[in-house]
Amino acid sequence: MIALSDDEIQTLEERANEIRKSIIEMLVEAGSGHTAGPLGMADVFTALYFHVLKQDPKNPAWPDRDRLVLSNGHICPVLYAAMAYAGYFPVSELKTLRKFGSRLQGHPHREFLPMLETSSGPLGSGLSQAVGMALADRIDRGRSSSRYIYCLMSDGELDEGQSWEAAMLAGKEKLRNLIAIIDRNNIQIDGFTEDVMPLDPVRDRWESWNWHVQEISGHNFREIVGAIDEAKGTFEKPSVIIAHTIPGKGVKEFERDFHWHGKPPNKEQAKMALAELRTLGGKIRSEHQ
Amino acid sequence: MSTSKLNPKVFDKDVEQKAIRKGFGEGFLEAGKENKNVVGLCADLTESTQMILFKQAFPERFIEVGVAEQNLASVASGMAATGKIPFISSYAMFSPGRNWEQIRTTICYNNTNVKIAGSHAGVSVGPDGGTHQALEDLALMRVLPRMTVISPCDAIEAKKATMAAARHQGPTYIRLAREKTPIITTNETPFEIGKAEILYESDNKANVGIIATGSLVHNALLAAKQLEADGFAIKVLNLSTIKPLDQEMLISLARETGAIVTVEEHQIAGGMGSAVSEFLAAAYPVQMAFVGVNDRFGQSGRPEELIEYYGMGVDSIVEAVRKVRARK
Repeated sequence: MIALSDDEIQTLEERANEIRKSIIEMLVEAGSGHTAGPLGMADVFTALYFHVLKQDPKNPAWPDRDRLVLSNGHICPVLYAAMAYAGYFPVSELKTLRKFGSRLQGHPHREFLPMLETSSGPLGSGLSQAVGMALADRIDRGRSSSRYIYCLMSDGELDEGQSWEAAMLAGKEKLRNLIAIIDRNNIQIDGFTEDVMPLDPVRDRWESWNWHVQEISGHNFREIVGAIDEAKGTFEKPSVIIAHTIPGKGVKEFERDFHWHGKPPNKEQAKMALAELRTLGGKIRSEHQ
Repeated sequence: MSTSKLNPKVFDKDVEQKAIRKGFGEGFLEAGKENKNVVGLCADLTESTQMILFKQAFPERFIEVGVAEQNLASVASGMAATGKIPFISSYAMFSPGRNWEQIRTTICYNNTNVKIAGSHAGVSVGPDGGTHQALEDLALMRVLPRMTVISPCDAIEAKKATMAAARHQGPTYIRLAREKTPIITTNETPFEIGKAEILYESDNKANVGIIATGSLVHNALLAAKQLEADGFAIKVLNLSTIKPLDQEMLISLARETGAIVTVEEHQIAGGMGSAVSEFLAAAYPVQMAFVGVNDRFGQSGRPEELIEYYGMGVDSIVEAVRKVRARK
C-alpha cells in the first residue's frame, strides 16, 4: 500500500479529533463510563474505520467484510463514535450511550446493535472469538483468504489466562489473517500495569507463542497503517501490534493518569476538555477567540 | 403395564449396555454428514468424549484447542458468529464447570449457535473421584437465558438428541455419562427437543408419577415395576429436555397422580427436580419428593455403589415414592 500522504494524515487527525470530542460529550451525558482508554485509542480506531477496514457501513452484514472484535468492551465509546462517523448509525444517537433502551449499551451488546461483531465486557475473551472467526474463515476460504480479523485488546486484560490460551491456539494454527492490536497504555483500574501485574517483556511473550510482533506509536497514523500492512504481508504467523498509547490522549489534564481509567468527566471537566480538543491543544484558534 | 416405547429387554438382567457418550459420538458424526457447517472443538479429550469419530471423518472441520476450556467456549462462539455450528466437548466438570462465564457472555448473551457436550457427568464417573463428578452442570446451564438443556437417558436417545441439537437454532447443552448404562429406548421411541415421553405406565390410574432424567431413568423403571407389585400405580416420565420444560406433560402428570418424585444424578439444589418444582409450585402444586445428591461431593468407587451410597438406587426411589404417597 502507498504510504499515507500529508493530506490524508491531516484528514485522519481531524477525524480523530471529532471522535475525541464525541467521546467527551457521550461520557458527560451518560454520567458514567471510561475516559482514558477511548481517548487513547481514538487514533487507532480512526485509522481502522477510515482507512484500513474493508467494510460497508450501509450493509453491515456484507459477507466479505473484515471483522473487528473489540475485546475490552469498556472502551466502547470510541467504537461507537468511530462507527457513527463511518456511517453505521446517526451521530446524534451517540448521546444515548448507557441510557435505558439505547442501542449503545454500557458494554457492547450485539442483541441491541446487531452490526457489532460480538458482545464484550468481561475481559480476555475477545481474542478467542477472533481466533474462532479466523479458523472459520480458513475452513471456508482457505489460507489465502483476503478477509482480515482484527482484535482490539487492552494490555490489562493480558492478566487473564484466557488471552494466552487464545494466543497459543492462534500461534499453533498460524492464523495469518488474524491481527491483534494491543492498547499498551500501561494503566489499568488499580494502577500502572507493571505494578498491578507486570506484563513486560510483553513482546517476548507473544513471540514465544509464534506471533509476528510489531511495536508502534498508537498516535502516529503512518506507523499504524504501516504496521497493519506489514501484518498483512506476514504469511506464516498471526500478527500482534503493540500500540504504545497515552491514556487520555488529547486532553492534557487526563493524560497518563490511571484515575481516568473508569470515570467520566464532570460538566466542568468536559467543558475544559472540549475547549482543548476544539483548538487541537492550542494549535488552532477558533474564530470566536 | 404399558411399555411400548421401551427396549423389550429393559427389565432383563442381560439388557444391552452402552455408554451415553457413545451415542453422542455417533450422533455427532451423523450431524457432520448432514451439514457441512457442523464443526467440532475439543479440549484434549477427543476419545473420552467420543468426538473422535467426527475428527476421523472430518479432520479439516475439527479443532484441538488443548486443555483450555475457556478458550474452547469462546473460539466456538467466534466460529458460530460466522455461520458455523460448533460442538464443543470436554468433561462436564470443566465445560461448563470451568468456563461458565464464557458460555454466559460469548455464547448465551451473544446468542451464538454453539452446542456444548458435557461428558462424564454424575457420580457414575466412578474411580476418578469427586473432582471429576459434575453434579452441578444442569443447574449452571438451566439458569442461562437462551440455553436449551438436554439430558438423554441412554445412548440411543443421546444420538437422537445430538442430531436434533445440530438442527436446533441456539445454545444447547447436552449432558453425557461415561459408564455403560442400559439401553432403555429403541430407535422408534419418539424424541423431540422440549417433549417428554411417558416410558412406563401401570394399567390402573397412576397415583404417583416418577420424573427421571439421564441414565437413572433405568432405576426409575425398576422402582416402578417393584412398586406395582406392591399395589402402586406408577407413570414414569423421561424428562430428557430440562429446558424448556414440557409444561403440558408436567401438568397432566401432576393432575393425574397428585404426587411426583423426581430422580436425577445431580445436586437436588438447582437441578431437574428444582426446575419441575419451580414450575409445578405455581402451575399445579402437588406433593413432591426429590431423589438426587443432597448437598455433597462425590468420591471414588464403583458407579453402582456410588449411586447407592448417594441415595439414587432403586431402593431410594421406592422409599421416596412411598413417602410422597403417604403425604397425599
